[in-house]
Amino acid sequence: MKTTKSNLAFSRRNFLKTSALAGGGMIIGFNLFTACKTEAKPSIDIENLNFNDFNAFIKIADNGYVTIFSPNPEIGQGVKTAMPMIIAEELDVEWDKVHVVQAKYNKKEYTRQVAGGSLSIRFGWDALRQTGATTKQMLINAAAVKWGVDAATCSASKGIITNANGETLGYGEVVKEASTLEVPENVKLKKPSEYTIIGTDAINVDLDKIVTGKPLFGLDYKAEGMSYASVLRPPAFGQKLESFDDTETKKVTGVTDVIKFGDKVAVLASNTWAAMKGKKAIKAIWSSDEKLESTENHDKELNDILDGNDFTIRREDGNVKKAFTEADKIVERTYDSPFLPHNCLEPMNFYADVTPEKIHLVGPIQTPQWTAGRVAKLLERKKEEIELEMTRMGGGFGRRLYGDFALEAAEVSNLAKKPVKVVFSREDDMTDGIYRPAIKYRIAASIKEGKITGYHLKEAAINSNMYDLIPNFFPAGCIPNYKVSTKSYKSDITTGAWRAPYTNFLAFAEQTFFDELAQELEKDPVELRLELLQNVKNTTDDKIEYSGQRMENTIKLAAEKSNWSENKDGVYKGFAAYYSHNTHVAEVAEIELKDGLPVVKKIIAAVDCGIIINPTGAINQIQGGVLDGIGHAMYGDLSFKNGKPSHRNFDTYRLIRMNETPEVEVHFVKNELSPTGLGEPGLPPAGGAVANAIHKALSKRLYKQPFIKELQNSKTEVLG
Amino acid sequence: MPTYNLKINGKQITVTADPDTPLLWILRDELNLVGTKFGCGIAQCGACTVHVDGVATRSCQLQVALLDKEEITTIEGLSEAGDHPLQEAWKQVDVPQCGYCQAGQIMTAASFLKQNPNPTTQEIREAMHGNLCRCASYNRIEKAVAMAAEKMS
Ligand code: FES
Ligand code: FES
Repeated sequence: MKTTKSNLAFSRRNFLKTSALAGGGMIIGFNLFTACKTEAKPSIDIENLNFNDFNAFIKIADNGYVTIFSPNPEIGQGVKTAMPMIIAEELDVEWDKVHVVQAKYNKKEYTRQVAGGSLSIRFGWDALRQTGATTKQMLINAAAVKWGVDAATCSASKGIITNANGETLGYGEVVKEASTLEVPENVKLKKPSEYTIIGTDAINVDLDKIVTGKPLFGLDYKAEGMSYASVLRPPAFGQKLESFDDTETKKVTGVTDVIKFGDKVAVLASNTWAAMKGKKAIKAIWSSDEKLESTENHDKELNDILDGNDFTIRREDGNVKKAFTEADKIVERTYDSPFLPHNCLEPMNFYADVTPEKIHLVGPIQTPQWTAGRVAKLLERKKEEIELEMTRMGGGFGRRLYGDFALEAAEVSNLAKKPVKVVFSREDDMTDGIYRPAIKYRIAASIKEGKITGYHLKEAAINSNMYDLIPNFFPAGCIPNYKVSTKSYKSDITTGAWRAPYTNFLAFAEQTFFDELAQELEKDPVELRLELLQNVKNTTDDKIEYSGQRMENTIKLAAEKSNWSENKDGVYKGFAAYYSHNTHVAEVAEIELKDGLPVVKKIIAAVDCGIIINPTGAINQIQGGVLDGIGHAMYGDLSFKNGKPSHRNFDTYRLIRMNETPEVEVHFVKNELSPTGLGEPGLPPAGGAVANAIHKALSKRLYKQPFIKELQNSKTEVLG
Repeated sequence: MPTYNLKINGKQITVTADPDTPLLWILRDELNLVGTKFGCGIAQCGACTVHVDGVATRSCQLQVALLDKEEITTIEGLSEAGDHPLQEAWKQVDVPQCGYCQAGQIMTAASFLKQNPNPTTQEIREAMHGNLCRCASYNRIEKAVAMAAEKMS
């Protein structure tokens, strides 16, 4: 059969559209945001579609060079590199002929470009492969039309199409034809064994710009006539602005406007320094109707919750009460965590230009669509009037999901009637945070005849409790009588997602608890985990989130690579394993003692994250997550007194630094399963692995973060 | 407002600014040299590191009025083609995660390697201790500094 334009399969549901480019080459538009939803069923009318409905583009030039315009915000997770790699793999072009650019927003053809911060490799995997493969088929079809042969007799590899007679055409030579053909459907995807790009190291696509200091980040963005704004916000949560005096502010050279909005005051100036100086010079009087909150009250409230009986039951298997009544022994422990600020190294900032015609927003944001909607609502404008452009982000960790800074910028620009960039100082960033909430866990287990028969986890958290999937994580399904109960305490302090939400601390609590249970049962901690996992391997409960088999493989890999069962003089090892964000991770921490204090020397991490798109990026993510986990478990600490956070800047707030950093060795479980998350799952087990190693070294159990406080307290005890 | 003559990346530049303005903000806001980053403003993070006569210095603490004939080098001027051995090593090792701290890291490392061309691992770790990387890309920073040192010696 000869391939003609009319007999190519065509799908109304397709999410691609092609067009020839005036200057040569073709462009393929696709809607990454729609396509990447799990239930992706684009409800768009392909015939009436124009390019405004797309947010991602592939351009194939007539010299065969491919440009992928990625709309995806880059937080540092490497998705800006990994996602195009998936397209390039199925499109079958050489990676060095691929150029990745952050799709610019302000060009006409890309209007209404937005993308969700939650887009991840996991959701993008199928859509991106389909996009690449469909485009490749389109090019093959075009070559077949040109040759007058059946497309089925042609193949393509590395940007070259070959027919049965051995004739070849480059992708660039058929783009003109391809752009006039219908979009094929049901294209064949490659088998993992056929991959030539996926699984190879591709360096970060912005690397050149990063090491030469080119503008990339939100803070680097500038626009004609823009003012810098520094915002004075209530110093304590729960306070309101009574009055203020800006006499001294107005004397600062460069300050142009002082604008009150809500309980805040924005100082606008011709440069950042003047804006910050002007803000400091404001004399404000604050008031509050209610008693301001302190960590002391929080502790009491959360302890009262744990001691009480008024919980929401999130999962219950068997009969926990009965198991506890019949037990030989019950082990119960309580774990304690502080608030944590995100401390992205690039402080929060956003640019807004609100005019009667439109609203232009630019900056680092993980949730552009949601934020644009909120700005529209705030200013009572139509969503269509908003253009939101994303920049690279100097860290996210969850903080840039919230968009409060974008709303501030929009509001200030609207009042000032000029383009404004709101810039947080470090103090603003740390004290006006949306923090990881302080949480307490109480875990109890019943033991009978050397077996764990019952398990009850209670959570008491500030503002909100663990999300629904978590009660189905390990050890759900491993212990016959199992229960998870939660309750929260409502607070004025703003809280939200922080890298690996909830599990960032829960994993520490559970994984140290299991270490204690192993000690109680006189079992090796690794053996105990493996034994328990046998119970979940053939589970029929489809609510169980993790895989017993994959967890077992991961644990065994970590044990093997760390020589778990061998002892080294002066080296103390601790073990932890945790499943989160669809990834199974096991970690072994090695510590040594120096002046009686533990020094973390090495972490051996085993990870099952399915197919690895970009190994160098994947290792970077796991290393970062592990070190972040150790750093915050060791030092992370934020409390409140009368509504005020205890730290304002890095002089007193301690983050992990190079000299405290162990080597992190990463090993991947090899399989051909769909790729899963990398940015977060390395973090949760790290604190537990370190705490368990510390117990080996000092026979001291840690129940509270940050560890450094606990260790210093006990060291003074020892020294007397 | 007073004017100041500065020598930045080999060029003579005149700026008008309040005397207490930190060099950081002159670079970023007035001169469009935004590779030098703002992280803390109190000499704790190193994101703002530049060279003053070859010595790594925190530009957030350097008031413009105190500068005179000093040669200032920023990340943009570290090498002409972006190919300083440290920049090359950074690429080879694929160091950055979010990337925000990296210009400061490179500037600290460049001045350190000038003073100590053959550092031990422990010396590297101590020299880089003042530069925060919130993404904790420390393992790779350490590796890249060692790699550059080897190439340079
Ligand atoms: S901004 Fe200068 S050291 Fe942090
Ligand atoms: S790479 Fe993000 S702060 Fe260093």
